[in-house]
Amino acid sequence: MAAKTQRIEVTLETLLESVDLAESISMRIAEAVGFSEEDLHKIGMAVREGVINAYNYGNQQDRRKKILMTIELDPENMTVRVRDQGKGFELHEIPNPLDEENLLRTSGRGLFLMRAFMDEFDVHTAPGGGAELVMIKKLPHKISDNGIHQPE
Amino acid sequence: MAVQATCRQIGDVAILDFSGKITLGEGSAMLRKMVRSLIDGGQKKIIISLYDVDYIDSSGIGELVSAYTTVKNASGELKLLHLTKRVHDILQITRLFTVFDVQSDEDTAIHAFR
Repeated sequence: MAAKTQRIEVTLETLLESVDLAESISMRIAEAVGFSEEDLHKIGMAVREGVINAYNYGNQQDRRKKILMTIELDPENMTVRVRDQGKGFELHEIPNPLDEENLLRTSGRGLFLMRAFMDEFDVHTAPGGGAELVMIKKLPHKISDNGIHQPE
Repeated sequence: MAVQATCRQIGDVAILDFSGKITLGEGSAMLRKMVRSLIDGGQKKIIISLYDVDYIDSSGIGELVSAYTTVKNASGELKLLHLTKRVHDILQITRLFTVFDVQSDEDTAIHAFR
């Protein structure tokens, strides 16, 4: 029998504290499915940057808005989605922080780090118009039906 | 681990020793405040030691860049000292290693100022 997809959904307040909370939740889940310490750091940091993006740029620190984080585990991947209630954006419109003229910018590296630390990264327009960041990391081991990782 | 920072003076060089996390919020704010305070006091030669900083996010990186431009605009010079592997790796992938003067030895860093 194929392992089922497990899904965890967390609604975060648009608060600075939500950044640490989201990072901590994602790292605990990643640890439970057997990621290495180095990958835990990368996943935690990518999620952190995703929530910072939602807090600062998406919801523009508006406490009336929410940040929705979902984490899905299928047999092969851990997928993290971070959705805000802002205006959304197109990935191709974001300046490349590695370009010479952008090196001394004090912001604009979060999306780059998410892409660098995860195996796949994309941005969608969420229902209602906000941005949904999608980050995927391949699991180090396959997950069985009982949710326990199985060494290959 | 929460961020902590102390400032010491060796000759005409100010050294900021940071430990903990330099991230959005307290860590970034403390870095900004301490560098600004040194510049406002006329300090021109500043070293930021990151020996005990095991975590930095995009906000902390942005604050290091801001420190670099603040010091440079005040006709001063900034050096980074004792990078941990994680901070080193982040500066490398963001190409900021080409911007900062990164040193691994304190005496060498102090004597490298013009």
